[in-house]
Amino acid sequence: MDGTLGNSAAETGVLPDAPNASVRMSCRNINVFYGEKQAIFDVSLQIADRSVTALIGPSGCGKSTFLRCLNRMNDTIEGCRVEGEIMMEGKDINSPAIDPVLLRSRVGMVFQKPNPFPKSIYENIAYGPRIHGLAQGREDMDEIVEKSLRRAGLWEEVKDRLNLAGTSLSGGQQQRLCIARAIAVRPEVILMDEPCSALDPIATARIEELIDDLRKRYCIIIVTHSMQQAARVSQRTAFFHLGSLVEVGDTDQIFTSPRDRRTEDYITGRFG
Amino acid sequence: MSDPSTSPMANAPFANERVLKRLRRRRAADRRFKWYGRMAIGFALAALTLLLGSIATQAVSAATYHVVTFDLSFDKNTFGDVQPDSPPPVDRVYGLVRDDLLAEFPETASSPALRHDLLGLVTRLAVLPVAKDLVRKPAEIGTKRRVELPLSDDLDLFLKGAAARHLTVPVGRVKAEEIAGNVTLTSEATFARLIAAASLENMQPPEMPGTGSILMTAGRSTIRLDSLAPSRVTGTLLTGTAQDFRTYPARARLIPAPESERTVSDLQIAWLLALKADGRVLRVPHWSLLTHTDSTQPELAGALAAIIGSLLTLLVTASLAIPVGILASIYLEEFAPRNRITGLIEVNINNLAAVPSIVFGLLGAAVFLGAFGLPRSAPVVGGLVLALLILPVVIIASRAALKAVPQSIRDAALAIGASRMQTVFHHVMPLAAPGMLTGAILGMARALGETAPLLLIGMVAFVAEVPRGPTDEATALPVLIYSWATQAERAWEPMTGAVILILLAFLIAMNGVVVFLRRKFERRW
Ligand SMILES: Nc1ncnc2c1ncn2[C@@H]1O[C@H](COP(=O)(O)OP(=O)(O)O)[C@@H](O)[C@H]1O
Ligand SMILES: [Mg+2]
Repeated sequence: MDGTLGNSAAETGVLPDAPNASVRMSCRNINVFYGEKQAIFDVSLQIADRSVTALIGPSGCGKSTFLRCLNRMNDTIEGCRVEGEIMMEGKDINSPAIDPVLLRSRVGMVFQKPNPFPKSIYENIAYGPRIHGLAQGREDMDEIVEKSLRRAGLWEEVKDRLNLAGTSLSGGQQQRLCIARAIAVRPEVILMDEPCSALDPIATARIEELIDDLRKRYCIIIVTHSMQQAARVSQRTAFFHLGSLVEVGDTDQIFTSPRDRRTEDYITGRFG
Repeated sequence: MSDPSTSPMANAPFANERVLKRLRRRRAADRRFKWYGRMAIGFALAALTLLLGSIATQAVSAATYHVVTFDLSFDKNTFGDVQPDSPPPVDRVYGLVRDDLLAEFPETASSPALRHDLLGLVTRLAVLPVAKDLVRKPAEIGTKRRVELPLSDDLDLFLKGAAARHLTVPVGRVKAEEIAGNVTLTSEATFARLIAAASLENMQPPEMPGTGSILMTAGRSTIRLDSLAPSRVTGTLLTGTAQDFRTYPARARLIPAPESERTVSDLQIAWLLALKADGRVLRVPHWSLLTHTDSTQPELAGALAAIIGSLLTLLVTASLAIPVGILASIYLEEFAPRNRITGLIEVNINNLAAVPSIVFGLLGAAVFLGAFGLPRSAPVVGGLVLALLILPVVIIASRAALKAVPQSIRDAALAIGASRMQTVFHHVMPLAAPGMLTGAILGMARALGETAPLLLIGMVAFVAEVPRGPTDEATALPVLIYSWATQAERAWEPMTGAVILILLAFLIAMNGVVVFLRRKFERRW
């Protein structure tokens, strides 16, 4: 064992409620504490590959906290402690043998507020591949940049001004740039924390299209406060409430026939 | 709205008298506050202008000074033994100057006291650069050379009108007779104008011996008036001949202060005017202020040693405080866990920034001089002390700059798999660099202006040699200002002002660098 995650797309099993989907990440008994305060209570969740899983729930219920467990971004928060087991390709990503730096190149993340580096568009994309040594030479890098921007649906808009500052783009373009940046290091999982909450409806629609497109290649987990968005883009939905996972299942099932009372109250707009 | 009979506008906020009144009060408060702000800025600007203005007007008279030219011939008999490594032959060069002056004013031959006064025009040390030149370039021996030697500070101030206030009254052509040094001048045009000027100044030379002097000069000759009548004046010849009064137009100088209360005597003024008439006294830019080291004579003193000393000190300070400060701030801000120990460190850094600088001087004297045995008065010790002094400032400024970098940039870098170090050095540092640099340079500017700690480690010594390295004896600009400002002689005053301006120029240059770097770094994005 070299301590890194294996590169094969070996499947770790199937979802109990969706036998035709393979599992990409499997979380068992996750508890997260901020100092003394517990934010996540005993959450177990399996995440299907090549599909979109939406995490919904009222504000402050721990969606972001849970999402950050999946690429160990909680490590960077002072006083945050994660317990439990998150398996990816047969290994626990929280084990000391896993280097978070490598994990994060396999599990990318897109944030609520677009946060491109204050560098050129090109440099924004090229930075990840460069620090991970993914490109041999300039042409290779150019190709990675183009491919990533194409996948993020941004290439046509920026191909003539790759040297412009990433921060000079519009909000929606910046968010797609951030997606392209995450894609450029060839992740298998992309985490998105309310990626559209700072965008206007048209930019939101474009991102949603993009997510639908990316689903064919990546495992996507998206936090959203908009139930319509969850219904539109996701195949599976997990409902969180007060730090606990209340219910998880096919999006259609969650929105049409929720099993739990709290889920029903939430999606019908009775609280949240 | 509940009562349909009244117009809905009647109760609308913009028609309600009470609301309008409150609105007016709020506007008035806004206006008042704006004026308070303008007054505060005006006050600050006025204070600054007053301060800078008074220093600059004081310094302006030090921008030029008077020199006397001498044609010296360094003949082989006297200077033949001068070698490149021999001590500068100051006395022999000054001998030439003395001979020249004595030949110029033979009336001094009889009296040692007069000779002493005459030699007061150009001090012995003034020839030191010439003597040093001679040692450096022995080829000049056997040649004749014109040299410019600074005029003694008192006479320089007299010519600039800054000492022994005097006024000049043109007299014109007169007739002159001389009997044994007593000269009688007569004129068809009366001396009425001179008499009027003298009485305005309360000067009646013959009747009131306690008052100042009236000197009458024509060509290179000067008499001191003993009596003053509308068409006839008499006086004693100080230097030159009565003949000059027949050839050249005369002018009178009224010096209200009595000779005993002045630093320049009537005779010295007479000699000076004679040299001036010969075209040997020139007003030249005072470059020696920048190229000379300190001296006991104001006309010879310069700030070079202090400038170099300050630069060496700052070099030591910068090479210690900037890297240590920046590394410490990066560690504390980006890597250190937040716990009781780092909290304690933070509190202590903030407290250290408030410790009076003289305490750092005491520490430097005790530790660097006492315990480590480093040399006294050396820039290395001054630099170390100042580095300790500005370290908290640099750390606090750098931390503030790092704090100002949005967390989202760090998240972005970490989330694509950058290590902490890569995150800091590739993304956070470039954004924080302008702020960090500003902190560093402002810290350096503070170090440049510090006086107290340097006094305590002995950098106040009189330094006549340019320091060659950080362990040589040196002084610094603010200390030089302090020591010149505490001298009694008047001539130091404008010199002090000039050094203050030099120091300010350095500070402005440093702030300029800050502005330039900020622009440069910020233009990138
Ligand atoms: N950095 C943090 N430090 C302390 N508590 C936090 C931190 N981040 C989130 N929390 C707490 O954890 C809980 C879950 O927060 P979060 O995961 O951001 O919720 P959501 O994303 O669902 O709105 C909240 O009660 C919040 O106050
Ligand atoms: Mg959130």
